[in-house]
Amino acid sequence: MNILVPVTSVIIALFIAGIVILLIGKNPLSAYWVMLQGAFGSKAALAANISKMMSLVLTGLAVGFGFRAGIFNIGAEGQLMMGAIFSTIVGLNLGGVSPVFAIPITMLAGILGGAFWASIAGYLKATTGAHEVITTIMLNWIAVYLTNYFVAGPLAVGQGVPKSPEIAQSAQLPPLMTVQATTLPSGIIVSIVAAILVYILLEKTTTGYELKAVGFNPYAAEAGAISLSKNIVLTMAISGALAGLAGSMEVMAIHHRIFGDFSGGKGFDGISIALIGQNNPIGIIFAAFLISSLRTGSNAMQFAKVPDDIVTIIQGIIIFLVAADRIVRTFILKFSSPKGGESK
Amino acid sequence: MNIFQAVFYSFSTPIFYKLMLMSATPLIFAALGGVFSEVTGVTNIALEGIMKIGAFTAVVFTFYTGNPWLGLLGAIIAGVMLAWLHAYVSIRWSADQIVSATALILIASGLSAFLMEPIFGHSGQTDFVAKIPKVKLAFMKDVPFFGQIFDEMSIFVYLAFIAVALSWFLIYKTPLGLRMRAVGENPKSADTLGVNVFKIRYFGVLMSGVLAAFAGAYLSIGELGQFQENMPSGKGFIALAAMILGNWNPVGAMWAALLFGASDALNIQLQSILDIPPEMKALLNLLPFVITIIVVSGFVGKTRPPAADGVPYEKE
Repeated sequence: MNILVPVTSVIIALFIAGIVILLIGKNPLSAYWVMLQGAFGSKAALAANISKMMSLVLTGLAVGFGFRAGIFNIGAEGQLMMGAIFSTIVGLNLGGVSPVFAIPITMLAGILGGAFWASIAGYLKATTGAHEVITTIMLNWIAVYLTNYFVAGPLAVGQGVPKSPEIAQSAQLPPLMTVQATTLPSGIIVSIVAAILVYILLEKTTTGYELKAVGFNPYAAEAGAISLSKNIVLTMAISGALAGLAGSMEVMAIHHRIFGDFSGGKGFDGISIALIGQNNPIGIIFAAFLISSLRTGSNAMQFAKVPDDIVTIIQGIIIFLVAADRIVRTFILKFSSPKGGESK
Repeated sequence: MNIFQAVFYSFSTPIFYKLMLMSATPLIFAALGGVFSEVTGVTNIALEGIMKIGAFTAVVFTFYTGNPWLGLLGAIIAGVMLAWLHAYVSIRWSADQIVSATALILIASGLSAFLMEPIFGHSGQTDFVAKIPKVKLAFMKDVPFFGQIFDEMSIFVYLAFIAVALSWFLIYKTPLGLRMRAVGENPKSADTLGVNVFKIRYFGVLMSGVLAAFAGAYLSIGELGQFQENMPSGKGFIALAAMILGNWNPVGAMWAALLFGASDALNIQLQSILDIPPEMKALLNLLPFVITIIVVSGFVGKTRPPAADGVPYEKE
């Protein structure tokens, strides 16, 4: 049943989005076929798909980790950007350093950038009770404007699109392989390792147990001598560290620099991914693959004159159905038992 | 001019107060929407999405009919539909309200962006359409200072303040308002007393749809005359902050919205007055967001949400 709900939600969402495509006078089946081709049709498509998936696993983990501890971190978007800014600034200055040091230092900078940004919201929630949904959204906007400032001001280089210079060669992550013009970034390994580490942290350690206890029932946890405020700050910091790592991977493995509109919504996609993956690190890997496939495939759909925003609608419907999982459960029961099912 | 002089100079100009009222107007409408929903016990962080779909639909209806008033009607219909989805899953199916609202924000921004191309033939922003005409107060013309603030103002600005008064009256002075507050504080005992908890909550959430749609329509057909993809740009969330700061009270929310409007106006004013490099000016854009964070964390300890806010009610 646990996996059935997201899977059914995806199918229903594709169906409803198909009707929307039909409404603008396009053929949904051929649109979906183009999408499938765009995501899996060639080696280059698959490589693009996986390089998109790299950061999505991390932002999904960031949001999912927060959820497990009862924190709704909508700020992965801003944390990703802060991670990217930190990584870029540090990576720019590591020219003479051996990659053995340059790579981990640059990565760490991104992790700290994201953790720092998220900790602001965590600290405010723990000390003043400011709701993290509002503070993280505000921090997202501030991160957007800060990024714009950095790429137009102190880090600006060249003409055209505001952007920073490339980070030092030694701080760049070498690609796993290059497929035509698309590289398969080695950052994907970092993402998968991060997912496994988060899984171990949550399932096998005392800290993970405490975090989950706080998420499950904060009052009971506090009665059980678990410090709420310490765990709120810690959860936010780890969650932000994961999103920051996503930003640093984008810089180190793909773009090698930061520019305006850097994230492209990967932080917000993290929310969908965490919900579809049901906050389970392994589920999140699959959910990230689903969303990256939809996103990569939808780029191709634009050639078929179907706006790629259809993916956002699909994502929205999936999350809506995941929220209303009881409707989906009832729906599944009706179809799986001949007599028709109950709602609970 | 240094920054302090610039700030004080801003405060002394009528344009600052005009900008403040204009920035506060969508926040007031949306924050009132939040109050209606949350007073009855349903969290609605989808205000941003409702504003967006409202702003978009207003332009689409105006585009096809040529009449911005019908555009406003379209916005209200779209806002109510989106709010109804939120109400249906959170009231009837006890869905997680934060997750449901997040979904609706995505659906709203997906739909408005998706439909732009087929309707207007290009993406990013729509064509320009007729705006709801501004109110010109002839007698205000010669009044010093205030004349410049009020000589030509969108009717939405006045409507926002009327909506504050009406909302306050409805929530605190009528039997319906009493029921709303009872349902938000203690749905179980309200139920025992014969109040239909579900119906009252539907009313609250649908009203939030109407009010957030007004906020969206103001942005598109009230001020600009077109819809842009990034339109509410966080205003729905700032409105939530205004609602919290205003202690879930329409009048309090209005003052908070005016405060945020003032920080917005200050940003715009400083960008035009200060003699600094363009990228430093752009940095001033984060002023309203920083002020929101400071205010939410500084004052939120003193306010208290309705006791059953965000908690689904289930009949045994």
